[in-house]
Amino acid sequence: MRFVIEKRNERSKRMQILVPLVSLVISALLGSIVLLFCNANPLQTYAAIINGAFSSPMRFQYTIAKMIPLLMCGLSVGIAFRLRFWNIGAEGQYVMGVIGITWVMQFWTWLPAPLLLPIGILMSFVFGGIWGGIPGALKANWKVDETLVTLMMNYIAIGIAEYLYISAWKAPKGNMGTVKYPEVAWIGRMWGKIHYGVIIVLILVVVLYFVLYKTRWGFELNMIGKNSEAARCQGVSIKRNIIIAMLISGGIAGLGGGINSAAVTHCLTSGVNSGYGFTGIIVAWMSGLNPFISVLVAIFLAALQTGSDALQITMNLPSSMSGVLQGLILLPLLAGNIFIDHRLKIVNKKEVI
Amino acid sequence: MSNLDFITKLLAATLAMGTSLTYATLGEVFTEKSGVLNLGVEGTMLMGALSGFAVTYFTSSLILGLLIAILAGALFSLIHAFITITLRANQVVSGLAITMFGTGLANFLGKKIGPELNGYNLVGLNLPVRFHNISIPLLNRLPFLGAFFNVSVLTYALYLILPLSWYYMYKTKYGLALRAVGEAPRTAAAMGINVNKNRYLYTILGGAFSGLGGAALSLFFTPSWNDGMTGGMGWIAIALVIFSTWNPGRVAIGTLIFGGITSLQFAIQAAGIRMIIPAQFLAIAPYFITLVTLVFMTINAQRKEGHFASPSALGVAFAIDEK
Repeated sequence: MRFVIEKRNERSKRMQILVPLVSLVISALLGSIVLLFCNANPLQTYAAIINGAFSSPMRFQYTIAKMIPLLMCGLSVGIAFRLRFWNIGAEGQYVMGVIGITWVMQFWTWLPAPLLLPIGILMSFVFGGIWGGIPGALKANWKVDETLVTLMMNYIAIGIAEYLYISAWKAPKGNMGTVKYPEVAWIGRMWGKIHYGVIIVLILVVVLYFVLYKTRWGFELNMIGKNSEAARCQGVSIKRNIIIAMLISGGIAGLGGGINSAAVTHCLTSGVNSGYGFTGIIVAWMSGLNPFISVLVAIFLAALQTGSDALQITMNLPSSMSGVLQGLILLPLLAGNIFIDHRLKIVNKKEVI
Repeated sequence: MSNLDFITKLLAATLAMGTSLTYATLGEVFTEKSGVLNLGVEGTMLMGALSGFAVTYFTSSLILGLLIAILAGALFSLIHAFITITLRANQVVSGLAITMFGTGLANFLGKKIGPELNGYNLVGLNLPVRFHNISIPLLNRLPFLGAFFNVSVLTYALYLILPLSWYYMYKTKYGLALRAVGEAPRTAAAMGINVNKNRYLYTILGGAFSGLGGAALSLFFTPSWNDGMTGGMGWIAIALVIFSTWNPGRVAIGTLIFGGITSLQFAIQAAGIRMIIPAQFLAIAPYFITLVTLVFMTINAQRKEGHFASPSALGVAFAIDEK
């Protein structure tokens, strides 16, 4: 007797709900083992994480403020993944976005004040778009492996950013970071830590949902992702679509950087590569590339981070617990995913496949 | 300081640093050659560095520390193997999850499993024992090359492991099987090679090497434990796999160049020389050169309609009954 994994005739609806739920339970159990090993009470710790993320208006605001760039990166990666273009470069595209807006804020000061922010935001989209477009063009024209190119370009972008905030664009005062953007060009606060960027990102979610699910272009992207050969036969230009999708994907990640720096940091400084781009990959993947579900996943992951930050004080546990939990949530989910379109079958040894 | 002195010191630092990088890169070459992309190197290295350090700290045994680090690396890549080979999940996402999990867990445990006196923290502790450089008499007096004969056991071991790996991969039937499962898994299966068994084996081997590379950092190079002490070395290793064109024989070239570039930054700073090139540009050089190499190799291979160096089935799960 042995186990065989067999393809289902169609995706199992039941499993689509069951797998994430069971995965979550398994994650919590695995996390408990780590916590017990460190003499921490798992239930108390999980309660502390939830408290740390939601229990007061300020904490809730922190979580939402963190959700905004995370969601942007998730949406960005989601577009590329639709084409099975494994863009893991959202981190670099995000950083380029911050560089783009900072460039406008530093050197385009001749612009009329009300234009500074819109043009800065636009430039963050352009910079991110270029950083995404390069691997897109390389893949489309010469089939250069996009995973490796986008990975390398992350570190190149981070290096450029470091050079800029440590030496070239460094403010006269202090030892790193650029001069703060003019205050007129900041994105304002709506409620405590929550800024108007949240409206931009939610509009983007709706627009993307419409574009990806209701337009011809969205349909083409899906077709390429499902079966690029069939798409080609239908006359869909794969080259063009890859490049356009990557320009937009990179642009949105860049936009995330632009919005976050205009609303929160107000300059280019260390910590610009905060990992939103990498976590964005998880947002995209966990949401099944659906923009609306991305919102929920982004809130969940942002809460996990702010909640874990609070653990330091409440439970005397290192904040790196968020990394542990993120990994522990993702791994069972990845593992369980196969059961959505496969089933486990027990066969007798004599039976030959 | 004389020029000769400077270069010898630079070479020594390069070798010390390049050792970790070489182990990790070599491991990933084996893994990718079998068709599995493991982006978990960074997290795996950190787990190796942490477990090696902790075990050596508590037992005063370097051998035990190394063994546990290798085991930790193997275990972490086993997770990746199970998820991507048996359960055929996306290798990119799984690898990232491994890195995230490994980094988080290592940093977390580093603050929790230390001695009570240090607040359960491992940061800032000194090891009772560590790997030292062993010099070979006479050979170590050679100009320049002398640096190669005044290194730790971990580096000497590489002088054997690298050529042996090359021989194994290109001259033995096991190596043939390894390359076959990465290039043409379907054909390999038809030839009676167990594709997934091979992939498991080399993914675990790759992880073991990554763990060892991490331990080389915490038991020899630094030697200490610090949060995120690999500082992106795992990602450089993934870059260097491309630079070496997936050939174990060329791994050392890449790791020496890039270990050298990194040491050069420190050496120049220490020597107080004013730099023409900003340090940040030196730091991104490995990534930039790798990027150019990758693009050039790919385009070149297509122009000649020849064979590109990357394993054809890299990143694709294999199931006999599915296309």
